[in-house]
Amino acid sequence: MYSISGRTAIAGIGATEFSKESGRTELQLAAEAVLAALDDAGLTPSDVDGLVTFTQDANQEIAVARETGIGDLSFFSRVEYGGGAACGTILQAALAVATGIASTVVCYRAFNERSGRRFGQPNAGLGGEPSSLGVEMSWHVPFGLLTPAAWVAMFARRYMHAYGATSEDYGRVAVAMRRHAATNPAAWFYQRPITLEEHQASRWIVEPLHLLDCCQESDGAVALVVTSTERARDLRRSPAVVTAAAQGSGAGQMMMTSFYRDDMTGLPEMGVVARGLWEMSGMSPKDLQTAILYDHFTPFVLSQLEELGFCARGEAKDFIAGGGIEIDGHLPVNPHGGQLGEAYIHGMNGIAEAVRQVRGTSVNQVPAVRNVLVTAGTGVPTSGLILSRD
Amino acid sequence: MTTTAGSAPHERLTALAERGMAMGEVRGAPAADPVNLPMIRHWTTAMGDANPVYTDEAYAAASVHGQIVAPPAMAQVWTMPGLGPREDTTTPIDEVLRALDEGGFTGVVATNCEQTYHRYVRLGERLVPATRLSGFAGPKNTALGTGYFITWLVTWYAGQEPVAEMMFRVLKFRPREEKAAPEERPAYPLRPAINRDTAFFWEGVRVGELRIQRCGDCGELRHPPGPICPSCRSANRAYAVASGLGEVYSFVVHHSPPVPGLRPPFVVAVVRLAEGVRMVGNVVDCPPERVRVGMPVRVDHREMDDELTLPMWVPREP
Ligand SMILES: [Zn+2]
Repeated sequence: MYSISGRTAIAGIGATEFSKESGRTELQLAAEAVLAALDDAGLTPSDVDGLVTFTQDANQEIAVARETGIGDLSFFSRVEYGGGAACGTILQAALAVATGIASTVVCYRAFNERSGRRFGQPNAGLGGEPSSLGVEMSWHVPFGLLTPAAWVAMFARRYMHAYGATSEDYGRVAVAMRRHAATNPAAWFYQRPITLEEHQASRWIVEPLHLLDCCQESDGAVALVVTSTERARDLRRSPAVVTAAAQGSGAGQMMMTSFYRDDMTGLPEMGVVARGLWEMSGMSPKDLQTAILYDHFTPFVLSQLEELGFCARGEAKDFIAGGGIEIDGHLPVNPHGGQLGEAYIHGMNGIAEAVRQVRGTSVNQVPAVRNVLVTAGTGVPTSGLILSRD
Repeated sequence: MTTTAGSAPHERLTALAERGMAMGEVRGAPAADPVNLPMIRHWTTAMGDANPVYTDEAYAAASVHGQIVAPPAMAQVWTMPGLGPREDTTTPIDEVLRALDEGGFTGVVATNCEQTYHRYVRLGERLVPATRLSGFAGPKNTALGTGYFITWLVTWYAGQEPVAEMMFRVLKFRPREEKAAPEERPAYPLRPAINRDTAFFWEGVRVGELRIQRCGDCGELRHPPGPICPSCRSANRAYAVASGLGEVYSFVVHHSPPVPGLRPPFVVAVVRLAEGVRMVGNVVDCPPERVRVGMPVRVDHREMDDELTLPMWVPREP
């Protein structure tokens, strides 16, 4: 059977600084990141013939192409479902390159998510849209259940009930991410680690989630260059080969509010992604040296460890308490500090970190990395990648 | 006393309203002062509007306006009567409002206000308001009490030229007896989108029924509802009325950020109904710290405003 496994690679990564107020438009951020990624790869804008972004991105591909001097485009595409799109953009690019639709595709995400529209703020209009999403939201918005933190908290409470997990178990994820970020100069929380006591003392956002269970809000942009593995070998950097890429949505899926199916303690859509990744790569959890797990809120890091098979159901809390996700742990998670510590760029900064881990150039480098697993937004239809050393 | 369509007080009100509408547009007294910079400065300062075209002569001169103009939203300000003794001018709405007060409809709540601006007004222009009674509807049973909706249009003229318009609608209602002071109830801001797939549910809660979609062919219960039965593809939809009993399956306590229409901390739960389906709603009449997974609850339909009723959940055990 034809497989795209190994045919494409990420050849360049680029980013703006991560801040709370970029002071420039989202289009400028996008253009800066795209140019930085092309410079990193040793390519020029005229080499690019494809662009992919999130449906939520406010910068049209044609606008980014105009600003960066990219000429003709033969491929442009967008991926749905918020942060669940992140690895999906690479999947789209890889499909286009592997099938000859495009030769060099740049995936980008740019926003002023702190100084502009903040996703964490309630939007009373969510339920008013005469769309399938608006009707779906209408079962929740009238009751004030309308922020991402609240949606995740609903799953977190059930998970605690089912497996005896505690707020401290979630807090240990935040502490680990902030510890990693503390030694990453690009991280917003560089040199600012936290203790579990500080996590416990931080104010409630939506019980059972404290403030320090929630990722930060950031301004910034990240871009990633995808081309064929063969071509990537001739470029400036060593390729991060796309060994596997997958998207996933589960039965009864909703946007952050899949309360009506199964036992509300897992992430079935991430299970779909996991099966896709293992099948395409022929690998299993033991083949991964590090993982970038989407951490907009701490509880879903536990569920992901379980869905991906790094531990059994309900045992993630023990895996984490035993130091499993630390840099020197069994599975170092988010060496850059994740979205809790580095920045919230909708998962795209995590893919960039995975590339650095494969190249061996991360500031918090995990030894002897051959394969890195990356996941995208949780609680929504999502996606994942396995990137490998050539 | 009740006022129903066909009763004598109702007929009198209707006749007065018809007379008011027949008067057409009636001009009122001109503004006490022409459009002037001191009032503009007060208003823009209070509203936090720093646009210099309203206050800076040099800036305004260089703008498309060529001179200082007043903020359009000030239209009503220019002709608003002060607190002092009022010049006796009649508008087509006065008699109807007075008759409603006399008939016991003493409560008033503004329900709609829409302004349209035709052009910017300039310093020195003296505006004249003109009022037209455009709508009268009732009696209508609302959450505030029985009442009438009265709609009027005000047009502001500079000379013969209309510069701004406003549609204004109020509900004049008879305050409920049991309430010591009539509380104004603004529209609840968190509204559901309702379409033909979901209307049965929202109509149900309004009449005190918690309805669960039931497939008209295979009988499967389903919430949230949808147009096609995922089990048998039938579009033949019916519903069951739930017992209203359930238990908390999961819940959150919302503290931050502020949510319009709700006062934190408030509890939102996924409730597992006795019929098997799950449904989201608030847990009320219970301190947040007492809510537990597995807690037995029963439904309680709460009127949020004149149009929206929400199913909420109260503890079954004291
Ligand atoms: Zn059926």
